[in-house]
Amino acid sequence: MSSTEKFRSEFRTWLRSGLTGEFAALKGRGGPGREHEAFAERLAWERHMAAAGWTCVGWPREFGGRGATLEEQVAFHEEYALADAPARVGHIGEQLLGPTLIAFGTDAQRARFLPGIRSVDELWCQGYSEPDAGSDLANVRTRAERDADGWSVTGQKIWTSLAHESQWCFLVARTGQGKRRHEGLSYLLVPMDQPGVEVRPIAQLTGTSEFNEVFFDAARTGADNVVGEPGDGWKVAMATLGFERGVSTLGQQVGFRRELEALIGLARRNGAADDPLLRDRLARAWTGLEIIRFNALRMLDGAAAGAPGPEASIGKIYWATWHRELGEVAMDVCGADGMLADGAPYDLDDWQRLFLFSRADTIYAGSNEIQRNIIAERVLGLPKEARA
Amino acid sequence: MRFGEEHQELRTAVRSLLARHEGAAAWGPLTQQIGVAGLAVPEEYGGAGCGPVEVHVVMEELGRTLAPVPYLGSAVLATQALLAAGDTGLLPALADGSTTGALAWAENGSWRPEAVRARAVRGAGGWRITGVKDHVLDGAGGSGGAGVLLVAARTEAGLALFHVPSGADGVSREAHTTMDLTRPQARLTFAGAEARAVGADGDRILAHVRDLACTALAAEQVGAAERCLELTVAHVRDRVQFGRSIGSFQAVKHRLADAFVRVESARSAALGASWAAAVGSPDLSRYAAVAKSACSEAFSAVAGDMIQLHGGIGITWEHDAHRYFKRAHGSSQLFGSPAGHRDRIAGAVVGPRGPGAERLA
Repeated sequence: MSSTEKFRSEFRTWLRSGLTGEFAALKGRGGPGREHEAFAERLAWERHMAAAGWTCVGWPREFGGRGATLEEQVAFHEEYALADAPARVGHIGEQLLGPTLIAFGTDAQRARFLPGIRSVDELWCQGYSEPDAGSDLANVRTRAERDADGWSVTGQKIWTSLAHESQWCFLVARTGQGKRRHEGLSYLLVPMDQPGVEVRPIAQLTGTSEFNEVFFDAARTGADNVVGEPGDGWKVAMATLGFERGVSTLGQQVGFRRELEALIGLARRNGAADDPLLRDRLARAWTGLEIIRFNALRMLDGAAAGAPGPEASIGKIYWATWHRELGEVAMDVCGADGMLADGAPYDLDDWQRLFLFSRADTIYAGSNEIQRNIIAERVLGLPKEARA
Repeated sequence: MRFGEEHQELRTAVRSLLARHEGAAAWGPLTQQIGVAGLAVPEEYGGAGCGPVEVHVVMEELGRTLAPVPYLGSAVLATQALLAAGDTGLLPALADGSTTGALAWAENGSWRPEAVRARAVRGAGGWRITGVKDHVLDGAGGSGGAGVLLVAARTEAGLALFHVPSGADGVSREAHTTMDLTRPQARLTFAGAEARAVGADGDRILAHVRDLACTALAAEQVGAAERCLELTVAHVRDRVQFGRSIGSFQAVKHRLADAFVRVESARSAALGASWAAAVGSPDLSRYAAVAKSACSEAFSAVAGDMIQLHGGIGITWEHDAHRYFKRAHGSSQLFGSPAGHRDRIAGAVVGPRGPGAERLA
């Protein structure tokens, strides 16, 4: 048995025994568009995972991880999805901030923050986007001033996932002047539980809310809570974005496969599977799903070879567009039933939520349009957009 | 799913040879200097003992230049049909390129095994075949015509594979005029032609050959689509209008970015199928159908983009754009349309077909 298969089977065995008793009811709960579901219980489940050493498996051992290889991390995400385990709550700290601190943090920062991420005692949110800095991240206006006691942060962030559940926020703020807009930025770690921080939920088209606005009004953080040097914020923030498009996306196709299989099951039950046009669209969806998997395998091969190839830049645009189209097919499979909610006030079913919330897939983490600019300019070498 | 160093060497060798020898003249050097025809033939029958991944590399390169050589018809279809049937006597001559093979298969525009109506009847002098076959790759007579002729026909026991000796009576070959001028096809009419049985379980043989043929063709489609994209990117960077290169317009950039996503995702599908074929995956049929569907549509779309973004020159006979566009159409329909392959996928993942889908090939 290869080391990957050993790792896979060990985690599968643990999940089978771990996801029982009080946790069994959590199967399938949470996730995009449904982060409000059973949050406290999912947090308890994740701490249960942490106690057994199944969080942060990809971190090096010296920082409390298992030093899992890329293949093992893929196996981890696949098994997690196959077990229908509940959507993660500590993933922002584990997959984004943790690797960033390991790469850029000081020993003191690692010692202070990594254990809390690993044990899921401290949850993190990501303060990048602002009302005037969405795709154009270099336009951040939030300011941080250095004084005798540390940093004072003032400004507004938006689209902040899980801010209302997080103890800490890593954010990009303007701390100095630069000739170019992405100079003079710093990457700060700010505690959320203080008078200078206010979180306001944003109601989404699903009626649920996992994004927030976060207002900082002279919010305080310690002098040492800057990652990298002041002024290095852009470089550190970009590295974090790289981790965002990392290994976790390799496991997501398992979740997509479950969705498609469930949709095909519905089509068989309600007769939609006899419609030749819908059959074709379901088969096309299946074709896309296989391609997402093969794209991911190529990306993994490229990462293992130390040179991410062009497949890395197509992954996001491909899966996001595929998932959005799956939502459209789902509504055609549902037919007239798709017009009706399960109940008041606005209790949508999984297919309706997929249809609505998948519209966000092609917007967040770099919209399709931004991805196209990246491909055209960085891969195909076409001229850059004119910038004011 | 990454190529090794030996694959890169094979690619380089094929590419530089195709740059030196244009058109049909490349076949001799390809077989003699590189041994492409025998790549996927086991060593004991005079081949190199390689497999689908090496075929993938060769097909990508042939696709890039639209090389009008009988690789697909002979080194893939005929050779793999004989290997699947376990009839090895003809393989050495096919492997060294001293002769080429053709598989007479499709009838009434369909490659589905159940569409075969040609009959094989056993008489005093052996088997006799009667029927009409269309879309036979490299099937015309004369020089450059296939020396090894294989025919799928129905016996009382079911579908089987036959070898019709060259020069047999009762065989007439007529070249089709093809829209894609880079892939010759022929109509073969059999009127009691003598034949030798080479494989009794024709359903299994043809299904396997179709999987390998779709996998190989998908690689060719990726190579051709990639070349369309390269040529088009070069053109929009050079072409100046309104005082700027047209490649600086976002409408053009985004169209090409989408084309890039199409080409690379098609490449993933084709690689997935080739690797599945190489390891003998039980899921090969599904992966082959996925690859044929995705790569057909990607190549067709990118070839269309190529014409559009070249503007007027793109619709002239002189420019190569129409050659890629026509090859895209021809290869999309060969071995079953994209919708036909998705119908096969639907049969596997959605379930039995309801009424109303009979129109699909």
